[in-house]
Amino acid sequence: MTWLTQWLKSALQQVQEYFILLGKVARGLVTPPFYARDVIEQFDAIGAGSLTVVLLTGTFTGMVLALQSGITLDKFGARSMVGQLVSASMVKELGPVLTALMVCGRVGSGIAAELGSMTVTDQISALRALGTDPVRKLVIPRVIAGTLMVPLLTVVADGVGLVGAWLIAATQLKVASAPFWNSVVAGLYIEDVWMGLIKPFFLGFVIVSIGCYVGLGTKGGTQGVGRATTNAVVAGSVVVLAVDFLVTKLLFMVLY
Amino acid sequence: MTEFAIAFEKVSLAFDDKVVLRDVSFSLERGHTKIVIGASGSGKSTILRLILGLLKPDGGQIRINGERVDQMHEEALMKVRAGLGMVFQEGALFDSLTVRENVGYQLFEETTMPIPEVDARVGEVLGFVGLGEFVGRMPSELSGGQRRRVAIARALTSKPKVLLYDEPTTGLDPITALTVDDEIIKLRDLEGVSAILVTHQLRDAFYVATHEAVKQGDQITFVPASPEKAAMTEFLMLKDGGVAFEGAADALRHSDDPYLKAFLS
Repeated sequence: MTWLTQWLKSALQQVQEYFILLGKVARGLVTPPFYARDVIEQFDAIGAGSLTVVLLTGTFTGMVLALQSGITLDKFGARSMVGQLVSASMVKELGPVLTALMVCGRVGSGIAAELGSMTVTDQISALRALGTDPVRKLVIPRVIAGTLMVPLLTVVADGVGLVGAWLIAATQLKVASAPFWNSVVAGLYIEDVWMGLIKPFFLGFVIVSIGCYVGLGTKGGTQGVGRATTNAVVAGSVVVLAVDFLVTKLLFMVLY
Repeated sequence: MTEFAIAFEKVSLAFDDKVVLRDVSFSLERGHTKIVIGASGSGKSTILRLILGLLKPDGGQIRINGERVDQMHEEALMKVRAGLGMVFQEGALFDSLTVRENVGYQLFEETTMPIPEVDARVGEVLGFVGLGEFVGRMPSELSGGQRRRVAIARALTSKPKVLLYDEPTTGLDPITALTVDDEIIKLRDLEGVSAILVTHQLRDAFYVATHEAVKQGDQITFVPASPEKAAMTEFLMLKDGGVAFEGAADALRHSDDPYLKAFLS
């Protein structure tokens, strides 16, 4: 029981500290100083840097989705509807979530490792000693870039996913291009597109803010940096799935 | 009344059950140097972190140039920190920035000073620590001693009146350590910088306390300190969270206290 109480206390304290960090981020977003150059650097690091992994993930997900659903749809003589199924799955759910999980693995871990190393080698203290607020200099540029780049990466993943599905539909399932793309459009409602575009903003925000929080709280030398990296990916991935569910539920109430 | 560069008045700090500092009081006069020594874990580095406001004391008062900082908000502390320079253990240089960007960091990021002026200042302070030609290097390309000297240059860029050194010579060979000691002496004697030097390297501590820098033309030499100069550097020894000794190098050397004798032996 004591162990449980301790664990709950520690968990609550961490949640509290995370929200305090978010409060500082909110304040830093509307009050100077701003570090515009760092924001642009992070756009490149998070956005352009994640492009390869997102392209590969999106393409292969679309391909396997077409392959799997094509075989199932064949049983009902509905092979031509493969585009409808792939587009609805990719745009509403798989695109945002898989992109977020990939970004979490690449960017969330990277941020936790970078800020963690800076923390244990006193570079964060040095920043403060030199009159720079680490939240404004390090956290806010990453949060802005993560929140804006994940939606863009999701659109890319959706696009290449559909292209991957089309390739499989055309070469393996022998579905002609015109019916495939007609079915893709038919399977999507504007609400689905909104859902697929809105969710990644939340997912990008949580991935990067968790990475920053875990990184800045690193203790215990290089071993601590390793632990922080793992924690950022594990916590980020779980929160991505939880936030995905909550935002989906919310958007169903608002959009549909 | 003398306005001290730094004054601690009955400062206490504990982490959970471990008392780090208990009613610690001392003051640093302007232009003077205080060398803080003591066993590992005696709270030496904690004193520097308290001065910078990176830690808050549980009790007591801390004043910098007469201004009370122990209860100051982070944003107000940023202004106070602008007048302080800190040399961290191992240097704490920013890995992803060049020597130029590290040294000029504060001016590049926190002021509107034109880039050519910043570069001129960076060249000046790097020249002061004898590393003018290292401007384009990355910290990973520097030796331990060079990293410390770049860290000193970085701390000097904004012309602080108070410098804080946290174990600047730890882990360095005696020859390299001497070059760092010489920088500390030069800053005290030629620039009039007040300083707190935290170290457990007694050889370096006594060297700084007993030598002075003399400038003749472009030449700087290090000679045994005159009595007036020697009086400008004092030792502060911490033990069990309190001050075990405060005074000049000679008084420390000739102390009859068994702990001090054991520590110095």
